[in-house]
Amino acid sequence: MAGLELLSDQGYRVDGRRAGELRKIQARMGVFAQADGSAYIEQGNTKALAVVYGPHEIRGSRARALPDRALVNCQYSSATFSTGERKRRPHGDRKSCEMGLQLRQTFEAAVLTQLHPRSQIDIYVQVLQADGGTYAACVNAATLAVLDAGIPMRDFVCACSAGFVDGTALADLSHVEEAAGGPQLALALLPSSGQIALLEMDARLHEDQLEQVLETAAQAARDVHTLLDRVVRQHVQEASILLGD
Amino acid sequence: MLKSRTFLKKTRAGGVMKIVREHYLRDDIGCGASGCAACGSAHEGPVLEPQPLDRVSSLCPQPHYLLPDTNVLLHQIDVLEDPAIRNVIVLQTVLQEVRNRSAPVYKRIRDATNNQEKHFYTFTNEHHRETYVEQLQGETSNDRNDRAIRVAAKWYNEHLKKMSAENQLRVIFITNDRKNKEKAIEEGIPAFTCEEYVKSLTANPELIDRLACLSEEGNEIDSGKIIFSEHLPLSKLQQGIKSGAYLQGTFRASRENYLEATVWVHGDTEDNKEIILQGLKNLNRAIHEDIVAVELLPKNQWVAPSSVVLLDEGQNEDDMEKEEERECTLKTAVSEKMLKPTGRVVGIIRRNWRPYCGMLSKSDIKESRRHLFTPADKRIPRIRIETRQASTLEGQRIIVAIDGWPRNSRYPNGHFVKNLGEVGDKETETEVLLLEHDVPHQPFSQAVLSLLPKMPWSITEKDMKNREDLRHLCVCSVDPPGCTDIDDALHCRELENGNLEVGVHIADVSYFIRPGNALDQESARRGTTVYLCEKRIDMVPELLSSNLCSLRSNVDRLAFSCIWEMNHNAEILKTRFTKSVINSKASLTYAEAQMRIDSSTMNDSITTSLRGLNKLAKILKKGRIENGALTLSSPEVRFHMDSETHDPIDLQTKELRETNSMVEEFMLLANISVAKKIHEEFSEHALLRKHPAPPPSNYEILVKAAKSKNLEIKTDTAKALADSLDQADSLTFPYLNTLLRILATRCMMQAVYFCSGMDTDFHHYGLASPIYTHFTSPIRRYADIIVHRLLAVAVGADCTYPELTEKHKLAELCKNLNFRHKMAQYAQRASVAFHTQLFFKSKGIVSEEAYILFVRKNALVVLIPKYGLEGTVFFEEKDKPKPRLTYDDEIPSLKIEDTVFHIFDKVKVKIMLDSSNLQHQKIRMSLVEPQIPGISVPTDTSNMDISEPETKKKKLQK
Repeated sequence: MAGLELLSDQGYRVDGRRAGELRKIQARMGVFAQADGSAYIEQGNTKALAVVYGPHEIRGSRARALPDRALVNCQYSSATFSTGERKRRPHGDRKSCEMGLQLRQTFEAAVLTQLHPRSQIDIYVQVLQADGGTYAACVNAATLAVLDAGIPMRDFVCACSAGFVDGTALADLSHVEEAAGGPQLALALLPSSGQIALLEMDARLHEDQLEQVLETAAQAARDVHTLLDRVVRQHVQEASILLGD
Repeated sequence: MLKSRTFLKKTRAGGVMKIVREHYLRDDIGCGASGCAACGSAHEGPVLEPQPLDRVSSLCPQPHYLLPDTNVLLHQIDVLEDPAIRNVIVLQTVLQEVRNRSAPVYKRIRDATNNQEKHFYTFTNEHHRETYVEQLQGETSNDRNDRAIRVAAKWYNEHLKKMSAENQLRVIFITNDRKNKEKAIEEGIPAFTCEEYVKSLTANPELIDRLACLSEEGNEIDSGKIIFSEHLPLSKLQQGIKSGAYLQGTFRASRENYLEATVWVHGDTEDNKEIILQGLKNLNRAIHEDIVAVELLPKNQWVAPSSVVLLDEGQNEDDMEKEEERECTLKTAVSEKMLKPTGRVVGIIRRNWRPYCGMLSKSDIKESRRHLFTPADKRIPRIRIETRQASTLEGQRIIVAIDGWPRNSRYPNGHFVKNLGEVGDKETETEVLLLEHDVPHQPFSQAVLSLLPKMPWSITEKDMKNREDLRHLCVCSVDPPGCTDIDDALHCRELENGNLEVGVHIADVSYFIRPGNALDQESARRGTTVYLCEKRIDMVPELLSSNLCSLRSNVDRLAFSCIWEMNHNAEILKTRFTKSVINSKASLTYAEAQMRIDSSTMNDSITTSLRGLNKLAKILKKGRIENGALTLSSPEVRFHMDSETHDPIDLQTKELRETNSMVEEFMLLANISVAKKIHEEFSEHALLRKHPAPPPSNYEILVKAAKSKNLEIKTDTAKALADSLDQADSLTFPYLNTLLRILATRCMMQAVYFCSGMDTDFHHYGLASPIYTHFTSPIRRYADIIVHRLLAVAVGADCTYPELTEKHKLAELCKNLNFRHKMAQYAQRASVAFHTQLFFKSKGIVSEEAYILFVRKNALVVLIPKYGLEGTVFFEEKDKPKPRLTYDDEIPSLKIEDTVFHIFDKVKVKIMLDSSNLQHQKIRMSLVEPQIPGISVPTDTSNMDISEPETKKKKLQK
């Protein structure tokens, strides 16, 4: 049996996209009233929910407080029903710790933490359905939630994954493409300045090809930005109508 | 731009798992017809011609495109590949199905699609908004795909109508499935079967022969008798394999006996590695190289591998009774111990058919259109084909492809593909053996040649970067006479500190062949240069192989040097690798170099350098042999060619001089040093070469043979084997040692290339080296080019590139290289065999001394040292009373009437060319001495009727 052909000679991927195309993105802000900020995002079949509390006083040990900036606390979890096979996922396993740490690094770079010294910002992200690109979906959802909470940021943080198949870089990998085992790159970008908040890659990739993959991921992240920007504007418009301005 | 609707495709795979996948449908996929305004903005350029007028079909006079379905593509690829067939639309649905079902056809269709001339267009119908169809409830995926194809065909016809109403472009749906065709016509799609369409092409009648004849229902009824049992469906086979009821393996037909085959079972289980199949019904239509499922027979039906040599020679196809009788002859009583697991084929997992070379045996009935085709490879059964040009094809070498093998047919059905030329013609025969061994031998394409450096070429300042100038060194090369692709040169000089500096300089081919370009891809595909008796199939274009890369004397050449500092005991003190420029002072032959070393009067720098090398080589060799390296032997022959006709006039066995082993010794040393270096630098993706130790059972024949001569061969380690071979000498029989070494060579495993990250066992058994690679012949082996690149990166002379550091890519490359090397070897042997035939054709009948190499149940395999020729002496012939043969497997001996033959016995045989069967001209040998009445032929040749005894040799009477 021949394996799955990830990219056809005609340049189509398994699900019909071309190499640089994103999956369909839908997002909503302000899904929960009780939290300070919240957002829900769908990137194809990957669905994630983000909730933000803060900035508020440090909970627990006061010793953790930072004198010059806010503490960013991120927690990642994924729902038992998020994959095809139902699986119990305990809190604090390696994968979710790692993801939490990555999210924290991403948002420490984007949130203007120095405006809120000695306080704490909590970002909780849950993946409801996983179909590849969970990190990217989490970052994008969290960005919207942080914006919803009104916490000042340098810029949007837009994330996208990219892979590499047969000399071509593919943007926004789906689960099928990720499972094929090629190199995979996750990029979180501050789009207007072009600064990179986080860059992670597993598997080996030759340095000659890195630039091409990076550029594809960056372009995809900029595309994500356009979409998120639209969502935010629409949300603000709706909110202002409700307020009666 | 992305106007997409999200679909949910639910499939159940494996257990009960729901898979949800997105499926984006697009509206920007073009139809591929040039001049189509609606698709003008589509991504791909138009591929199909606007006015496809080249085909004149009586069925459809208007211009049209073809749209074949999956089965047409799979079975009639030979027709589609014909240059007459152009403007074909290949649907994605079809392409995917082909991909899942046959990799070779998939590759061929991709080649056709990439060929601009053919105007093949792949239409991505599964992602097109208007041609995507969803599987209905209760619809099988086959039916769904058929429907998808029809929907696409219909869409095309409507789409093209929109494009221009007046010129009536149409798409014709080609299918061999009757129901599908009916449905298509119902839906208003013009549809024909492949046969109807091809027959309607009045301008190209020759295409009809290339049509695959598929077993239609009608055919099966008339020849009623079912010979074979049914093949089980794949799902049942997989179940059976999982439960252990069946075993999966590669089917390997026996060269010597058409009723016998073995199946190599995949997997690691030690026992049952090899299963024997005997008898036509148990072989059940499997063909050499197929992946099959076998069922083991109960122990009481197990058989031993028969030692009978049987050729399928019956003309009539209905003599099944005779066949059964023959099968019985295989099953003679043998001792319990000899029985091997025996099985029968229950199903075919994957066919591995390819086009086969061979000849037509014309049917006895004059008007018949069905003829049998005999492949050149004896492991392939004869194939029935249908052709009208039988009389022109007779006596020609042709290529035929198999289409299928129905249950009621003794032979598989096939169709004619190509005519190669006259049989016996040297050009044709060379072509045949190249094709048969899958050796790429077309001239280099323009794209490849354009990458060669422009002449006149010289070394520039830029090239000297990262390169050492070694032009002052006294370097010389030693090669066989007439060698034009010199890839190695040597030097040796004394240093001030008293030590010796030895350098091996290898042509820097990787300088000219840059990774990834057409030249590189072509050489990677060829893998190796193939040396035939009078022809060389180059791996790289001649400008490189015989000029720019060849380290000829007195010109500046780029090289990759491996330089050691050694003391006088040949111990390596320092090793260094560098890219360099050298200027060889002399290109010597082995004989010339030997003469210089031996001559007491010559004392120039080249000669002293050679003497130093020779001295060190001897020490190195001694050390190597003490380590357990094997010295094996094979009867190699060389032809002396007539300079005008290029016919072989004489042959002689290759001579070995001290200088041969001197060069060899330093090449081995360089290879080992480089292997160590690249493995140290790239532990995961170094390209190395290993030679696995053979399993002890391989040695059985050698041990038994030696025992019959009262000698003991120990085979536990390489060292023990080497030692016992050295001691195995007989004063009365000096050639015995060589014979033993020849036998030992046959016991060995094949050495292979591998990627260091994919394997743990690096040992090279034959050379007794823990690590080894190929570095010294980049002109003729692609593996060396890769090793050069790796080493260049390791010493910082060049930079790496992506494919070089990817171990899976490297492992894939190794697979191809191993395959090419094996095939090159076989092609070489076949070429020698053909020239031997030519030689004996001109020589007439000769009788020579020979030694028995193997004893078979009804034959002796003998080796004639004078010609290095191996042949079989049969004792059972048609139309002659059978002699009394008693075979003993324990000693290996054969008793014929009252004379007993043992392995290594000296006999005298008569050699002649048997042209009675034009299909396979062969060397026939018959026994002359010892004389057995009624069996051995008289030394006098007057009553021979087989071939022209024009040049009788006087020495027959000696």
